[in-house]
Amino acid sequence: MGRARQTAPPGARELSGPAQHGLELYRRMVLVRRFEEAVQALFQRGEVHGTTHLYIGEEAGAVGVGDVLGPHDRVAGTYRGHGHALALGVDPQALMDEMLGRATGVCGGRAGSMNVIDLEHRLIGCFGIIGGSIGAATGAALALRAHGAGVAVAFFGDGTTNQGYFHECLNFAAVMRLPVVYVCENNRYGEFTPFEDVTAGEIAARPQALGIPTETVDGMDVWAVREAAAAAVERARRGEGPQFIQTMTYRFVGHSRSDPGRYRKPGELEEWKRRDPLLVARARLAGEHGVADDVLDAVDVQVGAELERIVERALAAPYPDPARERAREFKP
Amino acid sequence: MADQLEFRRAIRDALDEELARDERVVFFGEDVAKPGGVFAATPGLHEAHGPARVFDTPISELAIAGAAFGAAVCGLRPVIEIMFADFLPLAMDGMVNQAAKYWYLSNEQAPVPLVVRSAYGAGGRFGAIHSQSPIPWFQGVPGMRIVAPSTPADAKALLKAAIRDDNPVLFLEHKRLYSLKGAPPTEEVATIGAARIVRAGRDLTVATAGASVHHALAAAETLAGDGVDVEVIDLRTLRPLDVPAVIASVARTNRLLVVEEGPLTGGWAGELVARVSEEALGELDDVWRLATDDLPIPYSPTLEDAFLPGAEAIVASVRGRLAAGVS
Repeated sequence: MGRARQTAPPGARELSGPAQHGLELYRRMVLVRRFEEAVQALFQRGEVHGTTHLYIGEEAGAVGVGDVLGPHDRVAGTYRGHGHALALGVDPQALMDEMLGRATGVCGGRAGSMNVIDLEHRLIGCFGIIGGSIGAATGAALALRAHGAGVAVAFFGDGTTNQGYFHECLNFAAVMRLPVVYVCENNRYGEFTPFEDVTAGEIAARPQALGIPTETVDGMDVWAVREAAAAAVERARRGEGPQFIQTMTYRFVGHSRSDPGRYRKPGELEEWKRRDPLLVARARLAGEHGVADDVLDAVDVQVGAELERIVERALAAPYPDPARERAREFKP
Repeated sequence: MADQLEFRRAIRDALDEELARDERVVFFGEDVAKPGGVFAATPGLHEAHGPARVFDTPISELAIAGAAFGAAVCGLRPVIEIMFADFLPLAMDGMVNQAAKYWYLSNEQAPVPLVVRSAYGAGGRFGAIHSQSPIPWFQGVPGMRIVAPSTPADAKALLKAAIRDDNPVLFLEHKRLYSLKGAPPTEEVATIGAARIVRAGRDLTVATAGASVHHALAAAETLAGDGVDVEVIDLRTLRPLDVPAVIASVARTNRLLVVEEGPLTGGWAGELVARVSEEALGELDDVWRLATDDLPIPYSPTLEDAFLPGAEAIVASVRGRLAAGVS
């Protein structure tokens, strides 16, 4: 597959700027999708341990937000965080190695699927308990403001809006006018429970009550997410205080590996899959930018081949050796 | 004496000096800035260092601790105040699940230089939920240091050490000590993790911390009248415990009493007794604990005084134990 080794698919080099950029957004979403499918398959083979939470169906959120961030910005993700990490440029090989508990993982195999940290790529961490990302990003915003540069972003789900961190930190950030963007990825279910069954009023009304500018966007359209994120990040950067984005999205797989998804309404999954962010992106790239199907297919092939190599290397990577592990409780 | 330093002033001066020394240090909490703290421990810092570095927060312990963690991993060195230690359970996620684990989980990508100051301890008639010792709640958390000074000198030198430490430190200030006066520190910073012998003796080692150190010293004076020569060790740090210092003392006295202001079951005294027993059983003729009943702290003065392991209780415990003839 010599073609798959090229950095750009055939025909892509002749594309216009916006089309090139859109194709790159598509490529990142495909990377997240293929990565998550590989994690799922490896989980079923017993190579990914414990539990794991996949981002399949929600790719436009992380990719759209991640695209507008600069080198000084910082992000706190969730336990459903592989997409957040990849969108920030975390090395997919190091991330896959971490999933498999290997020594070459981004955290040396110490963290696993739910707790990935990669400060070099602006990822403060992924947080295993909901709301942790909100606290961390709020504090990061304090530090970024003290340094005079940067915006912090917190990703979290609809379920987190009923948690103490959400209410305490949004108020804290609002009174302090901190440069932080709160991104609520509303995938309609808090674990197994429809959000409307356990959430009073409208989620968007909550930040609005605190005077935080709030926008609800189509979370299946990477351009819509990107546009809202660009505006929110820009306002935060200008010193206008915290911003809030709600992305309406849907996960195509269970909450975690043990979830068969029996709570879904009949036909709901199929309906959302018609708005798969990859299909939406393909349609817009073809319709608005004239990108040919074979160019898009070539991206799929290229990323698929990349993931095959990543999985192969991850499976061959060494486990940490307990006898040689040199863990230190405290930084000296 | 002109050089007498009040405990609360020691706290304030340590913060003031570290804020001046390192621009990455910030300090925030409830009522700490403009009001100067509910225990009057932090007046003037807001005015001296400005609202960006010393500020009042909402009454939101989750947010305070969570934000302090996020700020610490992004380059600041936050000091936060959780007003009463009884409120620490609200701050525990940020402290236990995030700050204390980050250095290890991140494969040492970054430390978490964070100090959580909190007022703890009984004897002030504050009742069951404004008087507790939180030490056992955090004793089993790897990555967390726990410091509890007993003197103004240590309050200043240990707080400065905590702020300069790259790891999360729970810094506990006993409420009954805020008005205590004493000599200023002789050194700029003290060593976290080092206990100190505050009274030398030959017959029995009493190991304790915080306000209980003063109760142990008073008890030692009374027991000296009985002809019992008590050595008192101020542990100063509860995690990690300075086990070698206690073993070195026990090697001379052969008896160990650990006094803990907190419930007997699951307390840090049990951990210290276990460590000394495991590592120096041959040195021990006797070892026991004096702590509180496994009950909430009562409000009424008569009940609270009887509940706590004060000087009289320590004297009675030692006399009873020695009279029982365990040797």
